[in-house]
Amino acid sequence: MLYFGEQELAAILLSLKVAIWATFLSLPFAIWVAFLLVRRRFWGRAVLNALVHLPLILPPVVTGYLLLMLFGRAGFAGQFLNDYFGITIAFQWTGAVLAAAIMAFPLVVRAVRLSIEQINPDLEHAALTLGARPITVFLTITLPMALPGIVVGGILGFAKALGEFGATITFVGNIPNQTQTIPSAIYGFLQMPGKDQGVLTLVYVSIVISVSALLLSEWLARRVQKRMHGQ
Amino acid sequence: MTLSVYIRHQFSGFNLDITFDAGSGVTALFGRSGAGKSTIAQAISGAFSPVEGQIVLNDDVLFSSDQRVNRPAHRRGIGYVFQQDLLFPHFSVRSNLEYAFRYGRRDTDTSKLPAMLEILGIDHLLHRRPAGLSGGERQRVAIARALLSNPLLLVMDEPLSALDDPRKAEIFPYIERLRDHSKIPVLYISHSVSEIARLADHVVAIEDGRVIKTGSAADVFADPNIVPQLGLQLAGALLTATIEKHEDDGLTKLQSASGPIYLPRLDSEIGQTLRVHVLAQDVMLSTLKPENISALNVIQGRVSAIKFGRGPGAIVSIESSGNTILARVTRRSVQALNLEKGSNCFAIIKSVSVAPNQIGRG
Repeated sequence: MLYFGEQELAAILLSLKVAIWATFLSLPFAIWVAFLLVRRRFWGRAVLNALVHLPLILPPVVTGYLLLMLFGRAGFAGQFLNDYFGITIAFQWTGAVLAAAIMAFPLVVRAVRLSIEQINPDLEHAALTLGARPITVFLTITLPMALPGIVVGGILGFAKALGEFGATITFVGNIPNQTQTIPSAIYGFLQMPGKDQGVLTLVYVSIVISVSALLLSEWLARRVQKRMHGQ
Repeated sequence: MTLSVYIRHQFSGFNLDITFDAGSGVTALFGRSGAGKSTIAQAISGAFSPVEGQIVLNDDVLFSSDQRVNRPAHRRGIGYVFQQDLLFPHFSVRSNLEYAFRYGRRDTDTSKLPAMLEILGIDHLLHRRPAGLSGGERQRVAIARALLSNPLLLVMDEPLSALDDPRKAEIFPYIERLRDHSKIPVLYISHSVSEIARLADHVVAIEDGRVIKTGSAADVFADPNIVPQLGLQLAGALLTATIEKHEDDGLTKLQSASGPIYLPRLDSEIGQTLRVHVLAQDVMLSTLKPENISALNVIQGRVSAIKFGRGPGAIVSIESSGNTILARVTRRSVQALNLEKGSNCFAIIKSVSVAPNQIGRG
């Protein structure tokens, strides 16, 4: 039957913590980037688009390795963070957040982008002609109208962050009670004899969390839709 | 108010080269679809920057390619009504109307709201959502929303074109009332000859990205040379007349400088000045005073111009006490009647040939 040992509980709590942080970390950037990609024409737009999609097409292990190169103790960004802020993120739970956020980023951008593309740009122009500043138009028209896509993107990002394995294990390792998330715990348990119960427990928990997230997103999206197009 | 517009831009296969001025009242930008009208509206409102141009509103430079000025849309003070209503779907009607007060120009004042609601007949819709309104109601709310932002100029880009004929007939009187009650000058963009004949004070006619004629509505519609652009079926001069009496047999008697005019019963009050768009193809000519005919309206005048087209037809322009009537007749009739410039002539108009949508106020 289900067995919640100290290590299992720690992995579940850490996974939730990492996924939630990663979602809220990537959402604002994803909304901003999606808006830029849909609404603005600027030099380097194609490069930005490719860069955003990189984590989706690269092997996750490669992404993890690149993160390690960049944010590890010897890495450029890692040294900078360490020297000026005294922060280390490689092999820390914060590193797991960064890895999960980056892996989730393209999915969130795509979902948000789709919903911004649905918005008639003339609506935004109409708001401008009423005298609203561009930032106000973004906050009162674009953002609320893109809300269904933002909700879907958030949930997708959360699910992706929850299941992230390759980049996470490469970047922060698999240290029980410190950087061990549900997927890396399952992987670890599978390497050891007599841990079948732990594996099964974590599998069940993963299913419950993922299905709940999906149901929640459906419910939220329906509510938002109703608010948006109700009579 | 003066708006002066100069725009030059090259699109693939299409050059825009436009210069015109607009004053107070309703200035109509007229032209067929694809003549470049909407691009002009976008350039004025700040949604589009032409390669070369200068747009000045009341000595205020909004756009100038020479001076490298390009004022952003939200600081131009130009209200915009689009072809489609474009209400914000996540706001109630009231919140849509109050958008400018809350988020837009700070100098707007809410005191105009009740009057605007009444003029446009939307006071009962305030708590509804845009999705629950009819097309005509939505467009009326969109017009009110633009006007409540207190613009210096209102640009209306084909505001009726997305509506079916009954909706157009429903909304048109509201636009006429607005023109008469609000001081805000309007640039009214349309391809509809009848809308412009009813509404415009001034007309800027555009073809293939160029201005082909500007002037007062009466002058433009009285010009036989513009007939091909208006379309043979829709060409016709504007006749100004005042309602004198509603008669018992269902007719309304109007008085014009050229004599009385009888039309099927009109809803407007006695004393109201109307403009009647008399279609050239509904006018018959005679050199003798006609007797024993069924048509009720006979206007005496002199031929001021005759324009022959490529086909068998001709447009005869008749001056009568300051009014102009255009008549579309055959070349053969022009010869048979010996019509030439200065000929004495009677224009005959059947009362029932004038439809309600050919009559505008003022």
